[in-house]
Amino acid sequence: MKKNNKIWQGDRSKYPAFDEYGNPIIDLKSHKFTKLWHGPNHPGVTGNMSLELTLSGDEVVEAKTHVGYLHRGFEKLMERRLYIQCFPTCIRMCVPEADSNEYVLAASIEELGGIEIPEAASWLRTLVLEMARLQILLRTVPGQAATLSLGMGAQWGMYLRDLILDRFEELTGGRIYHMFIIPGGVRGLLPAGFKKRMEENLVEIEEFIDKIEDLIFTNAIFKKRTIGIGYIDPSWVDKYGIVGPNARAAGYNRDVRKDYPYLKYNELDFEPYVGKDSDVFTRSQVRKHELIQTVDLIRQILAQVPEKGDIRAKTPNVLHWELPKGETYQRSESSRGEYGLYVVSDGSKYPRRVNLRGPSYTHAVALLEKLLINANIADVHSIMVSLQTCPPEIER
Amino acid sequence: MKEIIQDIKKRFNCTDEIEQSKTQTYITVKKELAIALITHLRDIEGFTHLVLLTAVDWIENNQFQLTYMLNNPTKKIDIGVRVFINRETATMDSAHHLWEQMATYQRELKEMFGIDFPGSPRLNEPFILEGWDNIPPYRRDFDTLKYAQETFFPREGRETNDPAEFMKKKMYPDEEK
Amino acid sequence: MSDNTKNIEEKKDKFLAEENKKRIVTGPDGVQFEVDPLQDYFCDKRPVAKDPKNKVIENFLNWARAESLWVLGFGTGCGNIEIPPLLTPRFDAFRYGIQMRPTPRQSSVLIISGYLAVKTLKRAIRSYEQMQNPKYVLALGSCTINGGMYYDSYNTINRLDYYLPVDVYVAGCMPRPEALLSGFNKLKERIKAGRAEGANDYANKFDWYKANQKKIIKDWNMPDYNW
Repeated sequence: MKKNNKIWQGDRSKYPAFDEYGNPIIDLKSHKFTKLWHGPNHPGVTGNMSLELTLSGDEVVEAKTHVGYLHRGFEKLMERRLYIQCFPTCIRMCVPEADSNEYVLAASIEELGGIEIPEAASWLRTLVLEMARLQILLRTVPGQAATLSLGMGAQWGMYLRDLILDRFEELTGGRIYHMFIIPGGVRGLLPAGFKKRMEENLVEIEEFIDKIEDLIFTNAIFKKRTIGIGYIDPSWVDKYGIVGPNARAAGYNRDVRKDYPYLKYNELDFEPYVGKDSDVFTRSQVRKHELIQTVDLIRQILAQVPEKGDIRAKTPNVLHWELPKGETYQRSESSRGEYGLYVVSDGSKYPRRVNLRGPSYTHAVALLEKLLINANIADVHSIMVSLQTCPPEIER
Repeated sequence: MKEIIQDIKKRFNCTDEIEQSKTQTYITVKKELAIALITHLRDIEGFTHLVLLTAVDWIENNQFQLTYMLNNPTKKIDIGVRVFINRETATMDSAHHLWEQMATYQRELKEMFGIDFPGSPRLNEPFILEGWDNIPPYRRDFDTLKYAQETFFPREGRETNDPAEFMKKKMYPDEEK
Repeated sequence: MSDNTKNIEEKKDKFLAEENKKRIVTGPDGVQFEVDPLQDYFCDKRPVAKDPKNKVIENFLNWARAESLWVLGFGTGCGNIEIPPLLTPRFDAFRYGIQMRPTPRQSSVLIISGYLAVKTLKRAIRSYEQMQNPKYVLALGSCTINGGMYYDSYNTINRLDYYLPVDVYVAGCMPRPEALLSGFNKLKERIKAGRAEGANDYANKFDWYKANQKKIIKDWNMPDYNW
């Protein structure tokens, strides 16, 4: 048999032409394209959302994000709840990292009500926020490798995450939803022996970080399948509203903790890691460095957090608390980027309007639709996880 | 911050300036000049990051308030541009050409508040809701409790208490006499 | 045709997706024919309740079913965040024969993890109907029981047992992995005792379930029963 040694030259005639606005002209009746629904019932989507992909061969020519599968109408529900009743509702807006929600709501209420929180409460809040970041990063850093079927790191990371959840349980009483931060302060002080147990966990996590360097970041398959994939052009950062680790991977040194220091972050010593290449590998690297940094930050916080002291400022009776008229926007740095809450008060007991600005709102809709064009179908999951999309904060 | 506010107040007839904090200011601008002001802020004053766009329903004044929250990443300041539009007509100029994610915000506002942004891409595609045939849910005159009770077969035996009354009864039962 | 049915027809047409509408298709041999996807692509046969004939064999099968619960990996709500810890070393659900499957065709348990938005309910119903008998539903969280904290939300259902037959409810917001494991054990007990008859119940009360589902899913653009 004669061997055909000719290398396959890409036949672009199967790919769609573009119209004047740069959108592909897709004629589904031409049988050149396949429509594929990626989700909501699909193991390769983050959470409950869906991607409508139009494929030519195994290449994506058009992607549309469909959200709304987790819509609970929080912003409407909060309009008919007292400010203190808003807390259980608000923390469910983004499930994996619930503490950022608590903090932004508490900060907005304190800003509008003109309340200063005590020193110890401020430290404890910083500690809780960093612990939340640590547990989510233990999930997402090895989770990036799990998208390429390197599942071992993910199993390992999930075990370590459980240790941090144990510390959360000790401190706050809850595993996922803590409701530790309340307007005016926090709910409790550190339990006895907490620092020692936390330190033991941190040592274990540091060992793990050394090992994932070998397991994931020097792995040939991981490198081959992530370097150069999912490239975000640095000029898109402002155009698409990219924040957090995704912006830092594109070379922008933007971190709310540094730029708009809140709580005790200006007393802590840290420098955000800024990447250069802006692909999936770099974003993964940024998150790994953040993991190292968070372990260091928790050590710094534990060294300075007061063992006792006032943890709650005096507030009016929360059941009759009427905030003065006004509006404010408070932001914090979640593991996904700038996470903020816009609260409008009309002088009554109930908020007039609460609006959440989640980083996934831009990352998972406008940016993801753009990034997936010309991506291979096998890389869709990896690109999506590298943006760390979180559907509940898109539709709330 | 002060100079920028003084400057745009002169140029764009802005009113109702409220300085919420050192880095955050809110101003009101007329509907016709809003997009021009936002473009000016983005291109000249360096407010390149769109934080959010949202609406507030002031049903008693028959108005919708649109808030464009802009952020200057180099000077690290925020400016909230408020635009009041009529609640009946509920139309606003589209700004989808300024930021790519603006179209998503406008799609959401169209669905949840019924505010129209003519010319915005994919505006009429459903975003969050599916098969919704009532008034837009984020409007103040939409009663979510009534709708839920009529639609979703509530389970019996659930009671709802006013928190203030309930706590009073529970903690100070003697005071009621 | 009365006005009412005409209205329903029109409404149905309005919501029908483009690919589900009737259309004329030209075949490879040049012959044109009409395709009605709702009729031709889906089997619209009603589900039938199955009566076990031999008690001894049924008991044996139930034991086998209870020991290999294959769960559909469909995270419908926020309770889904406790599923990964359940499958990782500390709680290790694999030792109970529980594992996740990617497609409804292979799975026997549907976990409704928390509140269900109306849009997700539609997908959950389709996933449930695509699963093969015997099939079980495990509902997590207070919000599937009576709405929980979303009792007044316009977009989440209040009680799940009006739309899908539920075998075990796990209360809590959100249920811990231990509670989930205990829920699975309860489900096993039920299956072994022959009381987990959700699929038969669904077939017997099919019209009632469909009426409830259609009441809240306004854009019903799919066949009534899809295998």
